[in-house]
Amino acid sequence: MDFVSLFGDSIQQAIGPTAIVYALAAIGLNIQFGYTGLLNFGQAAFMAVGGYTMAAFVSTWGLSFWLGIVAGLGLTAVLALLLGIPTLRLRADYLAIVTIAAAEIVRQVVGSVSLKDWFGGQDGLQEFSDTFRSYNPFSDRIEVGTLVAWSANDAWVMLVGWTLVLLCCLMTWLLVRSPWGRVLKSIREDEDAVRSLGKNVYSYKMQSLMLGGMFGALAGFCVALRSAAINPSMFATDVTFFAYTVLLIGGAARVLGPVVGSIIFWFLITFLDLFFSQATNPSSGPLIPPSIMTETQASLMRFIFLGLALMLLMIFRPQGIFGDRKELAIDAR
Amino acid sequence: MPAETNLPTNVEAATPEGLERSRAARAALKQVETEPGAKKPDPIVIADNITRTFGGLTAVDVEHVEIQRGVITALIGPNGAGKTTFFNLLTGFDRPDTGSWSFNGTSLNKVPAYKVARMGMVRTFQLTKVLAKLTVLENMRVGATRQRGESFFSAMFAPLWRAEEEANTEKANHLLERFLLIKKREDFAGELSGGQRKLLEMARALMADPELVMLDEPMAGVNPALKQSLLGHVKSLRDEGRTVLFVEHDMDMVRDISDWVIVMAQGKVIAEGPPDSVMGDQRVIDAYLGAHHDTALTFEEEERILAEAEKELEEEAESND
Repeated sequence: MDFVSLFGDSIQQAIGPTAIVYALAAIGLNIQFGYTGLLNFGQAAFMAVGGYTMAAFVSTWGLSFWLGIVAGLGLTAVLALLLGIPTLRLRADYLAIVTIAAAEIVRQVVGSVSLKDWFGGQDGLQEFSDTFRSYNPFSDRIEVGTLVAWSANDAWVMLVGWTLVLLCCLMTWLLVRSPWGRVLKSIREDEDAVRSLGKNVYSYKMQSLMLGGMFGALAGFCVALRSAAINPSMFATDVTFFAYTVLLIGGAARVLGPVVGSIIFWFLITFLDLFFSQATNPSSGPLIPPSIMTETQASLMRFIFLGLALMLLMIFRPQGIFGDRKELAIDAR
Repeated sequence: MPAETNLPTNVEAATPEGLERSRAARAALKQVETEPGAKKPDPIVIADNITRTFGGLTAVDVEHVEIQRGVITALIGPNGAGKTTFFNLLTGFDRPDTGSWSFNGTSLNKVPAYKVARMGMVRTFQLTKVLAKLTVLENMRVGATRQRGESFFSAMFAPLWRAEEEANTEKANHLLERFLLIKKREDFAGELSGGQRKLLEMARALMADPELVMLDEPMAGVNPALKQSLLGHVKSLRDEGRTVLFVEHDMDMVRDISDWVIVMAQGKVIAEGPPDSVMGDQRVIDAYLGAHHDTALTFEEEERILAEAEKELEEEAESND
């Protein structure tokens, strides 16, 4: 068992580009679900719209990268409007149904054969990252001791990504301590009460959905830029559910919850994956005999353990890492 | 007028102008005839031909009703009379099938609930709606209307709304003091008892400085001691110059504090008037207890009913064998 690579790779994932993507997506969900109580099960759609708009602007239509970023943010806001107008007046469950369907629709549309000229079908798009990479201040691999190392491109994505995460957290913090954030939290508690106090609940829910969606778009940009490619499989439904897991691990309605959640989630998932694949590797004298678990079975173990961990978390610490148990106990009255 | 009972009202809340105004308003009510749909000298709310049906059931069918400004009006009636539905219609929480209604002369047709509240017509709920995971103080702050910090863009810049927030906190502290909740200031609203929630809801409604306070069953599920205190608080609202309309189905509560009573039954306004005259009204007694309750049973009648019942029981027993 190679513990250096086990921990090294896990840490690399825990603070690497993937963790950033999920942190951003979960920050968006935190605004929507954590603070406002909106069940958005289609965060992947917002990520896809953001990422694909940026990619198609540059590689399909040859427009500027920055224009693509602005349009990506703009179109996610439009998507939020489209989803919100019919559903936000209804009960929370309707939004959940509509968003989960929208996520699939978006994924099927960008992967469709008839729009291959625009979005490249199942192969997706490439060659849109040149502008982004041209600003890269790193020219070599970045190594921290002997434990972790990132390529220059990954390091650049991480620098920009963590800055974005910090800015988003700052924005969330500024917003949720303000009277605006208080209205969101009140809507989560009781919509009718807020309405009776003269607040336009519909408008606040829409603002929340749009803001959370735009944080999702940032996650979409990061997905595309980190691999310099984008394709429909990057936006499958499990992306949204991973983002929810990240949010719940960290603690919903806590500013730093999604960030810490994402780091823990990606550390655990990588660690478990590497541990079981090493433990069952036949060439290095397996720790676990093949009669108990083969190498192919080992690759599934991480999800089993993650599911178990999530269940235990929900039972023993339902408020997440940062949550306040006292606050949660109020529900049990 | 029975309104001058010695209940523990909070005297500080009363303002001389408010007291003067409510006294004048009550005096003016003396001239009003006690018929359903009576015209008031200074109405704050006027409703005409309001109907609301749920499937085949006509829940509300009010021809004409006026609410006098500056007094406590009680809306009473047996369960299922349509009081709460009528309340929801007036405050924009539900839409009537027909009808028009106005507040201070402004038509409220198709005006959404939040705008109604901003106009100065704030309601509470039968099942209290406190914001459980917010502190009592935060609950109060939400109550203030037209806050600058509630718009998205200024929310991020605290200096833009800090002064306003401090003023609101000050106001909230005064109200919490008045409603005896100041010690609970930092507690979660979800930890309050049922009665305290009623108080908090009432106090929160006052944060909006409403001209008309609409209370949906403020006494429901509250112990007798607190009931007295709540009655005092309701009275104090009038004494500071506000108009109060409240729904209740317990007639005794109503007798103590209301200046005018509107009685609903089966969706219609069946009687109106000062509490004493309404309590004695035959239509009201019929609505509450059912018609013909007062025709005393004769001995023969009783015997006959008894015999019938026995016969029925016997038949039942036989068929079971």
